[in-house]
Amino acid sequence: MTVNTPPARPTKTRGIEAARAQQAIWLLLPTLIAIALVAGYPLYRTIYFSLFEANLTTPDQRTFIGMGNFWFTTEDGVALGFLQDPKWWGAVKNTLLFTVVSVTLETIFGMIIALVVNSTFKGRGILRTAMLVPWAIPTVVSAQMWSYLYNDTFGLIGRGLLGGQALLANTDSAIWALIAVDVWKTTSFMALLILAGLQSLPSDMYEAADMDGASKWTQFWRLTLPLLRPALLVALVFRSLDALRVFDIMSVMLGNVNAAATSMTGYARQALIDNSLLGYGSAVSVAIFVIIMVIVVIYVTAFRVKFD
Amino acid sequence: MNLKTKNPALYYLQRAAFYLLVLVIAFYLLAPFFWAVLTSLRSPGDLFLQPAQFIAAETTFQNYTQVFANPNFQRGLLYSLIVAVGSVLISLLIGSFAAYALGRFRFKGKQIIMYVILAVSVFPQIAVLSGLYTLISALGLYNNPVGLILTYLIFTIPFTVWVLTSFVRDIPGELEEAALVDGASPLQTLFLVLFPVMMPALVTTGLLAFINAWNEYLFALTFTSTNRTVPVVIANYSGATQFDQPWGQIMAASIVVTIPLIILVLVFQRNIVSGLTAGAVKG
Repeated sequence: MTVNTPPARPTKTRGIEAARAQQAIWLLLPTLIAIALVAGYPLYRTIYFSLFEANLTTPDQRTFIGMGNFWFTTEDGVALGFLQDPKWWGAVKNTLLFTVVSVTLETIFGMIIALVVNSTFKGRGILRTAMLVPWAIPTVVSAQMWSYLYNDTFGLIGRGLLGGQALLANTDSAIWALIAVDVWKTTSFMALLILAGLQSLPSDMYEAADMDGASKWTQFWRLTLPLLRPALLVALVFRSLDALRVFDIMSVMLGNVNAAATSMTGYARQALIDNSLLGYGSAVSVAIFVIIMVIVVIYVTAFRVKFD
Repeated sequence: MNLKTKNPALYYLQRAAFYLLVLVIAFYLLAPFFWAVLTSLRSPGDLFLQPAQFIAAETTFQNYTQVFANPNFQRGLLYSLIVAVGSVLISLLIGSFAAYALGRFRFKGKQIIMYVILAVSVFPQIAVLSGLYTLISALGLYNNPVGLILTYLIFTIPFTVWVLTSFVRDIPGELEEAALVDGASPLQTLFLVLFPVMMPALVTTGLLAFINAWNEYLFALTFTSTNRTVPVVIANYSGATQFDQPWGQIMAASIVVTIPLIILVLVFQRNIVSGLTAGAVKG
């Protein structure tokens, strides 16, 4: 490694290796600069602002308050930190409920759809194509489509099935309605990933299982599921992270005010943009960042997910 | 197989149950979209009808003509196209440099760079919102499509780098070695030798990144005020009066922005599945 001592056997390949390493850095530079500019620096600024009291329109006039955005009680006993705000905890609870229920349902439905599409039957191609439709529809569009279906005067579900009940009017029932939308929209994605995993499974193992007289049910639990585990886990991680940072469907279907009570991102955005609280909103964003990173670490270590 | 001869009744019952399941799945996947298409083709007065009458009601394209006549929607389509194409082209260009380096070169710190790129792709957009907002205002890019192009790189770049790297790894090394022996520079090798081979990968990755950029909502809502992209226009679509939601027009606008995506997705079906699995399953 030392530069001063001349190498005993100056091999040509080492020179090429060094030159290649140098070239690699140049090739990576634009990407690294872009990532630093749009992710690294803004993240640093968010963390920095979280320690200040500041207004979004005048970020330069700021006062350092340490952890005051997180936890602060005035002398009169008024709680100002967001960790003391029940609305924040409501948003956390709703987001976790949304994530756990929708990802679970998506995995189960995705598995069923993938198993069906993976078997041979007439019309398989059509179903495979139909599977792509909800996935291809933009999230905002599917949110509007479902708002219309849920509408209590015009909607097929809101008026037809529920007899004019405004499902989205209160947060407690709305969260289930939102879960239904997310499940509809992203089950396809799960099914696609699971299907890709299923198609890479070796067929001779199933033939052997058939010979041994194992039922389809046993084959599913003993062969398919364990072999599918890696693909399933990665799909689960990506879907959970998406669900945890959800914003679009709440914002479109409930409006930004109620979205703040239903999703962590909605809460942060309302504080930051609608209320112009740069420091407070940044502090909430930092908390969301930490929550998501902790969950990533738990996933990666607990399930030993490998990414390469 | 032998169930058919052993117990035909049970066999046909099983088949029937299976096809029923297929029908239920197809209905579940397609019915909401079908209803949206139907609504976009009905006049506002017909929205009150009972479902059976609604299906039978007269088909009209008035919602579509009104949507296309709406200046906000026109502008939205234009800005969405500019922003999505812009961020995809930049990501493909610099992302392919990075993918080439990560897939073909050996150097120290490669693992760390791979992990950083992966970390950026899982990180919540809200975590950079306040930092980006102040950066964009300071650069004078608020309400400017260039600002959105720049910010969209946060999700298009990690995605393109990650997927392209796995494609680059699968390209046989002989091609590149031949170019190296002939004295080609890395950029020449990339553009003249690898790009033609990577074309299907570039199209797939570009398409998936385009879909993500076309759908983006949080940044578009936050960093623009009048120069909205199409998702924001659809989310805030209002009719002539403020008091009623023009559902027919909203559905028409929704169908207009969705149809091109569905066509692209259907045409590139196979590539998309391989792109998604390269990006997500193989990691």
